[in-house]
Amino acid sequence: MDTDQQQVAFDALIASDGRVEPRDWMPEGYRKTLIRQIAQHAHSEIIGMQPEGNWITRAPSLRRKAILLAKVQDEAGHGLYLYSAAETLGMSREEMLDLLHAGRQRYSSIFNYPTPTWADVAAIGWLVDGAAITNQVPLTRCSYGPYARAMIRICKEESFHQRQGFESQLQLSNGTPEQHAMAQDAIDRWWWPSLMMFGPPDDDSPNSAQSTAWGIKRFSNDELRQRFVDICVPQAQTLGLTLPDPDLCWNAERGHYDYGVIDWTEFQQVLKGNGPCNRQRIATRRQAHSDGAWVREAAAAYAAKKQAAGATVPVAA
Amino acid sequence: MTSPVSEQPGAAPANADVAAYAIRLGDDALILSHRLSEWTAHAPQIEEDLALANIALDLLGQARTLLAYGGAFSGRSEDDLAYLREERQFTNLQLTEIENGDFAVTMIRQLLFSCYQHELYRDLESSTDAQLAAIAAKAVKEVSYHVEHASTWVLRLGDGTELSHDRTQAALDAVWPYSHELFVDDELVRRMADSGVGPLPSVLRPAWLGAVQDVLTEATLVLPDDDWQPSGGRNGLHTEGFGYLLAEMQHLHRSHPGAQW
Ligand SMILES: [Fe+2]
Ligand SMILES: [Fe+2]
Repeated sequence: MDTDQQQVAFDALIASDGRVEPRDWMPEGYRKTLIRQIAQHAHSEIIGMQPEGNWITRAPSLRRKAILLAKVQDEAGHGLYLYSAAETLGMSREEMLDLLHAGRQRYSSIFNYPTPTWADVAAIGWLVDGAAITNQVPLTRCSYGPYARAMIRICKEESFHQRQGFESQLQLSNGTPEQHAMAQDAIDRWWWPSLMMFGPPDDDSPNSAQSTAWGIKRFSNDELRQRFVDICVPQAQTLGLTLPDPDLCWNAERGHYDYGVIDWTEFQQVLKGNGPCNRQRIATRRQAHSDGAWVREAAAAYAAKKQAAGATVPVAA
Repeated sequence: MTSPVSEQPGAAPANADVAAYAIRLGDDALILSHRLSEWTAHAPQIEEDLALANIALDLLGQARTLLAYGGAFSGRSEDDLAYLREERQFTNLQLTEIENGDFAVTMIRQLLFSCYQHELYRDLESSTDAQLAAIAAKAVKEVSYHVEHASTWVLRLGDGTELSHDRTQAALDAVWPYSHELFVDDELVRRMADSGVGPLPSVLRPAWLGAVQDVLTEATLVLPDDDWQPSGGRNGLHTEGFGYLLAEMQHLHRSHPGAQW
């Protein structure tokens, strides 16, 4: 088949809502878009371990410590599935990490905010994992097979994280006045950045149309953001916490909650690297990577020696 | 589960000795879990972020059952024991509290400790205390994986590059002295051995040494001299870094007395 015929076959596959698999022909733009998106997603899982990992050693009960450790462990697992999914498109994990460390691939801007209190862990679970699920459930039907399948597995765990975050937030809200205040303060800080997780508004999202045509994106940024707001408002009422938006109110005509104006200047600033923790997050990642270089080199040297000796190499644990 | 007793949640130890013994083992698991969890987001590769968190989580699970069981004798919860005791009341081995150092120190410490815990739990599976026997039977499977993980890494690091070999030998030299305390017999463990609750630690050493030596030799590492033998953990005497660990672990819980989380 020549390229034209391949393009026709690809278009037909997308039109029939079929799945593209690694060995199938695909347009270069499709491949590049997916690598960028899946790598960004993988990097977010890995960088996301930092703000929450910040509280593992200080968790206020052993039960909460275990839940948090298990969650952070899940996020490392998500990173691994996603790097593997991206590798099927022809870029190695090593290369993706180099691009992350060089600031040439992104991660979700949400992880550039700090976690000064324990309630931030609950807020991240409830709002950030909640927003992630809203974004990711449609991706389980993404046209690229390996990404769609990774998402099915990941979404199950994310919804578990979201429920645990909500439950932790409820316990804080119903706890002592100090705990309640801590929970409210965290919501005040995390609400708007969570809404920004859905990306720029539809009239300022240049790549969305192509991603939608390719069956990567199923709903627009604003549609997903609205869905998230509609889910969160009643949940906040159950929690006895106030979402920090005076314009938030039910619009019977639209059948949705109206919400206030998002500060896109802040979003752009964080994207540019000027959020509170951008430099710290990348510096920590780079440090871990360079501190670990001798360990990875040792593993590679050992594997090479064993291979030369014809022995079986112990599988990476 | 070996007997109906072990299936009763909240079963209390028969006497203060068994309670203190369970708390010792719980403290070991709790403190090493804490140290391992410090690696989160700092590991050499993502597989290790995951593996170290997984081992930390296993140890935390063991700590929770052991502390809940030990505490039940005196009406203290797992959290009372973890968060409200002072440094001098913690009875973990010093090996479990020493700082992470580089990845080689962490893996050597893990190899020495997990091999010890494996021998101990295998013995405890036939404890006359049904609850401890049940806890050990579950934990021994987890610990087998910890031994395998640490062994694999000690082999790779010891027999990897020249640099990794030197760092791992240095790690072994630094950590080895703390291994002696694992096998010290004191009055409590003698009473435990007499009543068939648990083994004399000294009895575990030959099998432990055999297992550890096999790995170290294959990893081209040299066993250090048995000169300095620090101890005191079982009597609440700890290394200077331990107070900082507790300060970090306990501060939030203590800042909100009586709060539920
Ligand atoms: Fe995740
Ligand atoms: Fe998550």
